[in-house]
Amino acid sequence: MPELLEVLVRVAIVIAAFLVLPLIVGQIEHKTMAHMQSRVGPMYAGAFHGWAQLVADGVKFVQKEAVVPAAADRQVFKLAPAVAMLPYLVAFLAVPLGPGLVGQDLDLGLFFVLAVMGVGVVGTLMAGWASANKFSLLGGIRVAAQLMAYELPFVLAAASVAMAAGTLSLLGIVEAWNPWWLLWQLPAMVVFFVAGLAELQRPPFDMPIADAELVFGPYTEYGGLRFAVFLLAEYAGIVLLSALTAVLFLGGWRGPFEEQLGWLWTLAKTGLVAFVVVWIRVAYPRLREDQLQRLAWQGLVPLALFQLAITAVGVVVMAS
Amino acid sequence: MTWVQVVFVLLGLVAVGSALLVVTTRNMVHAALWLVVTLGAVAGVYLVLAAEFLAWVQVLIYVGAVVVLLLFALMLTRAPTGPQTDLDARRALPAAGVALLVAAVLVTTVVAGFSEVTLDLDQAIVGSAEMTGATVFEKWVLPFEVLSVLLLAALIGAIVLSRADTAGAEDDEDAAAGSSDTADTADSRGRGGR
Repeated sequence: MPELLEVLVRVAIVIAAFLVLPLIVGQIEHKTMAHMQSRVGPMYAGAFHGWAQLVADGVKFVQKEAVVPAAADRQVFKLAPAVAMLPYLVAFLAVPLGPGLVGQDLDLGLFFVLAVMGVGVVGTLMAGWASANKFSLLGGIRVAAQLMAYELPFVLAAASVAMAAGTLSLLGIVEAWNPWWLLWQLPAMVVFFVAGLAELQRPPFDMPIADAELVFGPYTEYGGLRFAVFLLAEYAGIVLLSALTAVLFLGGWRGPFEEQLGWLWTLAKTGLVAFVVVWIRVAYPRLREDQLQRLAWQGLVPLALFQLAITAVGVVVMAS
Repeated sequence: MTWVQVVFVLLGLVAVGSALLVVTTRNMVHAALWLVVTLGAVAGVYLVLAAEFLAWVQVLIYVGAVVVLLLFALMLTRAPTGPQTDLDARRALPAAGVALLVAAVLVTTVVAGFSEVTLDLDQAIVGSAEMTGATVFEKWVLPFEVLSVLLLAALIGAIVLSRADTAGAEDDEDAAAGSSDTADTADSRGRGGR
């Protein structure tokens, strides 16, 4: 039974990471945003700089009544949060922390993560439609339009790294990584990060949940635990995007003492990218819907194609 | 029966069952969501057959893009919650007949072509990215290129059809808004009528 035990331990570690890392990012967001806006943020819960604020929030969410609107499609409405969250949990399985330190090494790890991340959006669309609320429906339409615009540059940028590394395995990509990729793959990194932000509907790409226009978009009718699940999905998405950016473009566990401290390097790089995600939220105003589409089709897609050409030339030149 | 075969049969049943629900459900959005289940089960079937690359492509393209596009179109046009009464297709029987015929042709082809082939799951490298890439770009490169030209032609055709300012728009006043030239004529005609 040692094989089964190993699988169980790996799954338990992945689930623990899935539950803890998003909370840490959430707390970083609370505190970073507060200090950038000359506030102090949560200070009381847990006594030391409000570290337990999100735990307290979680307890509050659990206590709330689970309301389903009368006109809503009950089954789809109840199923939507799970559909939005589970793909991110599954995707965590394939993200490597260190050499050999991964839930499951897949030959097609990169492809797997991209495919699974796309499924999460179906949950948001289900929420937008099933709420039977016009603001939710409009939010859902915006989510779909945004996903269709940004999925293409997202995948193209990831394909550029896969071409450079000559493999689709996430472990293989980190093995093949070289510091000068920071320059060579820089456009791809920018495209990947920006398109990822848009796919997660994070500011400045939070048009679908624009509170001044759509109340809270697809999540308007949700409260209590179901809303908490959507929040968890959003922060898990930030962790996943940051980890992927770190693994694909920043070299994952590569760094001084990588044999012993590799996992720490991955976590540090992931944390750095997550900090930038929060920073961008504070620094930039929300894009208008037409600006959002223009950025994707006229900015990111050509840039990603340009990067693919550069990568192809680079691979051929280095091979000869 | 081994466990793999049991999983294969179960996935097949899920795929067929949810596909039937796609065409019988009384709600358009439910049909689209059942389609997600069908496509996901088919991806699972590919996985069991060791076609890993194909499975993830199936999820990325069909669930992640095609169904999202479908839901987008539904939400943009008409998608009430609750059952819709006007969904009955008048040609349901002929459609079922055509579907059965297509299925019969495909099943005959697959059985005739592959009934002798067995897959050793312990050493299955059939569907890895490397194998798929080598097969497509070494053995089947000509059909691949022909398909890509076909897709490109379809893409250009879609752009031509959806643009209002190309030839043919002048006959149609409603579609003339895209070009300032024809828009002016349409405008003056409208004023003359008043």
